[in-house]
Parts: sequence; structure tokens; C-alpha cells
Amino acid sequence: MEHSACRVIGIEKAFGPNRVLRGVDLTIPAGQVTVLMGANGAGKSTLVKILCGVHAHDAGHIELFGEAFSPTSPSQAIDAGVVTVHQAINDGVIPDLDVASNLMLDQLNAAGAGFFINRRKLRSGARAIAGAMGLDIDVAAQVADLDVAERQLIAIARAMAREPKVLILDEPTSSLSATEAERLFKLLDHLRETGVAILYISHRMSDIRRIADRIISMRDGQISGTFETQPLDYEGAVTAMLGHAMTAVDIEVADRGDKVLELVDLRLSETGAAINLTVHRNEVLAITGLLGSGKTKLASVLFGLEEPLSGQIRLCGEPFAPASPGEAIAAGVFMLPKDRASNGVVPTFDITKNLTLPFTARHAPFSFLSRNRERRTTQSMIDQLGVVCQSPGDDIGTLSGGNQQKIMVGRWMAEASQLLLLDEPFQGVDIRARRDIGRSIRETAVDRATIVFAAELDEALEIADRILVLYEHSLVGEHRNEGIDLGSVLAQVSGQSAQQRPTQMSAS
Amino acid sequence: MTTDTQASRPVPPPVDRPQTLVNLAVRYGFLCLLLGLIVFFSLAAPGFAGPRSAAFIFQSVAITGILALGVTCTLVVGGFDLSIGSVATSALMLSAYMMVVLEQSAFVAVLACLIMGAFVGLINGLLIVRMRVPDLLATLGMMFLLIGLQRIPTEGRSISTGMTLPGGEVAEGTFSAAFLWLGRHRFDFVLEDLIPVPVVVFLIVGVLVWVFLELTRHGRLMYAIGSNERATALAGTNVNRYKITAYMISGVMASIGGILLAARLGRGDIASGNNLLLDSVAAALIGFAVLGVAKPNAFGTAIGALFVGVLLQGLTMMNAPYYTQDFVKGAVLVVALMFTFALSTRRRGGGH
Repeated sequence: MEHSACRVIGIEKAFGPNRVLRGVDLTIPAGQVTVLMGANGAGKSTLVKILCGVHAHDAGHIELFGEAFSPTSPSQAIDAGVVTVHQAINDGVIPDLDVASNLMLDQLNAAGAGFFINRRKLRSGARAIAGAMGLDIDVAAQVADLDVAERQLIAIARAMAREPKVLILDEPTSSLSATEAERLFKLLDHLRETGVAILYISHRMSDIRRIADRIISMRDGQISGTFETQPLDYEGAVTAMLGHAMTAVDIEVADRGDKVLELVDLRLSETGAAINLTVHRNEVLAITGLLGSGKTKLASVLFGLEEPLSGQIRLCGEPFAPASPGEAIAAGVFMLPKDRASNGVVPTFDITKNLTLPFTARHAPFSFLSRNRERRTTQSMIDQLGVVCQSPGDDIGTLSGGNQQKIMVGRWMAEASQLLLLDEPFQGVDIRARRDIGRSIRETAVDRATIVFAAELDEALEIADRILVLYEHSLVGEHRNEGIDLGSVLAQVSGQSAQQRPTQMSAS
Repeated sequence: MTTDTQASRPVPPPVDRPQTLVNLAVRYGFLCLLLGLIVFFSLAAPGFAGPRSAAFIFQSVAITGILALGVTCTLVVGGFDLSIGSVATSALMLSAYMMVVLEQSAFVAVLACLIMGAFVGLINGLLIVRMRVPDLLATLGMMFLLIGLQRIPTEGRSISTGMTLPGGEVAEGTFSAAFLWLGRHRFDFVLEDLIPVPVVVFLIVGVLVWVFLELTRHGRLMYAIGSNERATALAGTNVNRYKITAYMISGVMASIGGILLAARLGRGDIASGNNLLLDSVAAALIGFAVLGVAKPNAFGTAIGALFVGVLLQGLTMMNAPYYTQDFVKGAVLVVALMFTFALSTRRRGGGH
């Protein structure tokens, strides 16, 4: 590693009590593509934001070409040659301007740029940038009229035009098609040859196989694995990222009850295979897979937020095609969405009001809310889940993340359901809260079918009777949670087995 | 951010205890200020303290207050309704037109106005929910549309008995006594002929809106929508329906205000009601500060309207010139907003 363009040594970062980065050491060598992998919340984005000057780090230091580097603003980082393409595409483009202005934005900002805009010069400059990237695009078009993939390419092209020495790409292909992604990879190949150090963040195994020279796995704010000997150990990288330092929870696989949910030839997208699946009463099923494998999509379909491409869903023997969450709830299908801050918590409400949100009607005779009834429900869920709080009237914001999540889970366990969907129920939750929630889910599972969607394998192992693996919208594996072969599960998660085996998998 | 994997997490410390004084100030400061103002004016301005003066203050804020209660409902769902002023003046013109030109009864006139208000609210709601027009723009557009529309039937003239219509004939209809009663009758209370009907309507509407927002599940869900629309939708709430309902409530409230204004004036005065929008929005925003809740609420809105009324009445009785009124209102609003947001965000700072 004699040509390490950028070295990160012992970086730490905390947001309040939350230690997001706990001593990260990382080198980004020149002329190589370093892939950074990590589950949600592992700290990847925070690390990127420190490198590009959005956040300041608490401890440790960064070297850029042997010199200390601690940017206090994004423009400083760019001046030093560290250019970042962020995950949120709209951070990279300005939709109300045309393509040319977007591509030339930095030149417009540069010192010595004239007061008036020379349209002709602007457009020819933009064409040069687009041309260098092999981007065939009308520079006079409004960015607002372009689709997501084109916007993404423009954001990337703009980053390239800054002649980066260190280029950071945060999930750049998440909205690109295979051909567009390949165009990007060709460009990255070219940049790699010219000696640019590239840090590439992605979950997509196919991308990683195509582009990676080295892989670094991150987990819980630390580097959990570095892989740089050819051939790269992709499976090891996924294992290091998901981590299965085995847990103390023993699952006794329960006896199944009657069929609750049946999926018949359900297809989530053009590329995904038909999914056939039956879930039974008194069964906790975990569906695992990487980001973008279709977990959230499947949950959305079952909860009436999206329509499947084709196929049929049956609930308790009846055809089931909810058009809205309201209909799904009325049919007894409840869903705990992932990302509680934006999809769950009502920040101005107290614990009680948050907990009873979906079922106000049960607590409001003639529409008038009965605070007593609400409190009784809330108190029973607080007891059941072991929520640490002063009283049911506390503001939700006074609770820790784990306890907030317990309230979100309690919201859907306070009423009897046919099918309970929990999308990443352990996201941003400490280990104790995770145990409490898991225990509570299993204890109450008798009268319903339960599906837990979890990217982290040990979360699935901790809670499920049966584990299914999704890969690129297809079901690629099914395991009974007894003496499970972790190697084969991980192989399926990372798509290793997808090449060999046709993805027809019908779960009984 | 996410993931805390410490094996155990301490019980969250009791939040905000050291700041009790600040809390008290935020919570009751505004009410104390109102009380202080009343005491001050009672001492400084002879004649301020007394039932007649109180009734006058209430009367001066009743119509503004009713509109403000409507706009409060739209603020609760995270929206805004700029069209209330023009809905009120449209109701004013419509009721006059119904009675004077079409010679309809008071009942029909009132009914027509209420339906008009609900319909405008429905259109506003559909524009915002279905067409995805931002709330400010949709209701601003509606405001212009209505200001123009209400002038077309009379070619821009005010409506009164005996006026010449565009067709040449003379309008024979009159404001019926029952209609004028709505604006001019005074109920006996302590003194004879003390409390005007609009004040009674204001109080009833205030109580109803308060009950709806604070005690019913529908109000609860509307607050939830205003706080986190996505989470509320994912809890199975029909968000669009509640939003449209909020705009319809706002439209109906504004039309009630317009009816009362028409009944007080006794003619379809084209120039009336210019200040209604700004005054009522100010009252609703001042309402954020009352009780320090930093959110729209019916009680706060009513108090906010009264606060402005008390201040203006007091200053007038102390011979402050009329042209300082808007300045005073603006100052109150700015101070109230500072009060609310600076102090209460600090108070909430401990949370997540």
C-alpha cells in the first residue's frame, strides 16, 4: 500500500450518547477501488460525511497524500480533491436548472467566473463533460424532466468533472439499470488506471464482484474485516458485515397451526422469480436478504402499499388484495414499518397517543377518546414489553431508541391480528431491547402468523422458526431454524448460490 | 442515527427538571401577560373594566376568531388556508345577493353560504390532496378566484335594497329581520342587551372546535397527520380524507364569519372584510404561544384573538391613534412567535 491516497486513523464519532464510529482505521489506496460494505447503521454514511466535510470527527485523524486533512466544509474537501457522490440523488443535482447548468455548476461557482452567464460557453463546457463520460444527453433539457437514472449519471458526471483524486461513491447504482451501471463501471476502470483512489459503497453483490479491488466490511462502527487478496472472499466479506457472533437465544421451533397466508406465484418485479410461500398460525417466519433484495417490497405488497407484478395472495383461504394500509388492517394484517423516525413515531405525541394511533376507534366510544382506556392498553403493553419510562404520559422523545421501538411494536401487538409483519424491528435497537422485543413477539405468536424482515442474520436466528432468503426479488433459500447451516444461508444471501441453482423454491 | 449496542442502557434521566421555571414561563406566560394587560388597562383607562367594554372586545374579535378557528383546523393537519378571508367576503356578498336580488329567505341565504364554504373547502382540499398543489399556492389561487368571482354578478358594486342591477331592473329584496338578528341582536346577560349573537356563535364554535380537536379520535388523527403524515398513513389512517375535511371545516367557518358580517352590516358591502385574513391568521399563530404548546390549538386561537382585541381596545381607550393598530398586532405576533419557538425548542432540545 505504498500509494495510499487517503488514510483514516482511529476516527471516532458520536451523536449524543450514540457512538456511531468507534475507532475506524481505513486506507484508500490510489489506483484501486475499495468497496465499503456494511449493514444499515454500521456507520458507513457517517464515515463518508466526515471525509467530505459535512461532519467533524470527535477523535482520530485523517491523512490525505501524507498530509493532515480535516475538512470543515464540503467545498474544502472538494478543493483538496475529495469528491463525493451522495446516495440521495437530489443532493447531487438541482432539478429546476437545465443539464448544462448542473454540469457546470462548479465552474459557475469558481473564482473569476464572470457576472453574466455565457450560455454558449456553458453548453459547450457541459457537452465536453458529458462527452468525457460517454453521456449522450441533451444539455438543454431540464433536470426535472429526466428520470432518476439520468439524474444519477449527471450527479456522477459532475463529480468526475471536478477531477477528483479521491472519489467517494455512495450506492451509485441503486437507481441505475445494468447497462447504465456498466457505463459507470467502465468509467471507474478508466479513473482507476489514471490513479484515482475510489471508495465505493454498495450492497449489490454483482457490482462488488465487477468492480472491487479490495473489500472492507464495517459493522457497529468498526471495521470488521479487510479483504484484499485475490480472489476476493465475497462470502467472508458478507459474513463480516452481517456478523453472526452467535447469540445465546435458543429457539424451540413451534408446531404450526392452520394456514394463514399463501402466496401463489407472486412476482415482485420483472427480474424476480415467482414466489410461492405459505405461512402458518403460531409460526414466526424470518425473511432475510441484502438491501434491495425485495424484503421491504414484499412487506409493502402485503400491507396494501404496492401492487405485485403478478400472482395471488390468499389470507385465511380468501383472496387478499388490499388497496391501502387501512384495508389491510381491517383484514387483520398489521405492519411495523422500518425506519421508525420517519415511518412510525409521531414526535409531538406522548407514549400513549403513539401507541394507540392505529386503533383510536377501539378507545373512543362515539368517537370520544377515553384516556383511561388508552392508558390501560398502553400500560399493559409497557409491562409486556418492559418499556423503561416514567409514565404512559411521557413524551415519546424522552425514550431511548430501543424503548421507542418497543412502543412501535406494542402499537401493533395491542390488538389481535391474523398476520403481523415486522420490517427490521431491531433497527437501531440495543441488544437488551432486542431480546425483550424478540421474546414478546414469540410469546404472543400463537394466534397469528408472524413475518419478520431482517437483513442481519443473527436477528433472524434469534426470533424465527423458519428462515427464508431473498435475493434480487427471488426466494433462494429456506431453512428450518434448527442446526442451521450458516454457510449456506450466507452463500444464498450474497447470491453465491443463485448462479448455480435455478431460483425455483417453493416453501411448503 | 442508529445502533446503540451497549448491553444495557440506563433509565433515561427525568427530562427538563432543572428548567421548571422556564417551563412554567412558557406554559403560563402568555395567559399571565393577558391578565396583566387587563389589570393595567383597568387601572390606566377609566371605563375599560366593565361588562359593556368586555362585550365590545368580544364583539370586535368574534368574526376574526371564528375564521381563526377554521384556519387552526388546517394548521393542525400541517396545511394552511389563505382563502378564508375571501370565502368570508364571498359569503357576505352571496347572502346579500340571495336576499336582495333573488328575494330568498334568511334560511336559504344562510344555507347557500354554508354550502358555498364547504364546497370551496372541498375544492381546496382536492387541489392539495389530489393535484398535489402546495397548500399555500392552492389557497392563494382560490383567494384570488373568489375575490374576483364575488364581484362579477353585480359588476363590482355593493349590494343593497333599491340598487340597479346590471340588467337595468331594480333589486326589490331586503335583508330579512331574521337575518339581521344574527348580527345585531343582543342577549341580556347581567345587563340588558349585552351580548351580541356573533359573540355567542364565536363561543359555541370555539367550544365545538376545541372538543373536536382535543377530545375526539378524529382530532387526534388530524394532529398525528400534522406531526408525521407518513407514520399516520402507515397506521391505516385515510390521510387524504382528513385533510380535505380540515379544509372544508375551514371553509364553513369562514362562511359563518361572512354571514355574521353581512348581518351586522345589513348590506353586501364590497369593501368589507379586507383585514379578516391577516387578523385571523395572526390569532391562530399567537395561539401557538398560549400554554406553550407550540402547535395550533383551539383554545390558544380563541385566546390569541381576545389578546389582540384587549390590546387594541385598551390602547384605543388610552387614545392611541388608529393607525398604530397594525403595528401593535404585528409586534404581538412576532413576540408570541419568539416566545413559542425559541423557548419551546430549547425545552424540547433534550429529546431526540
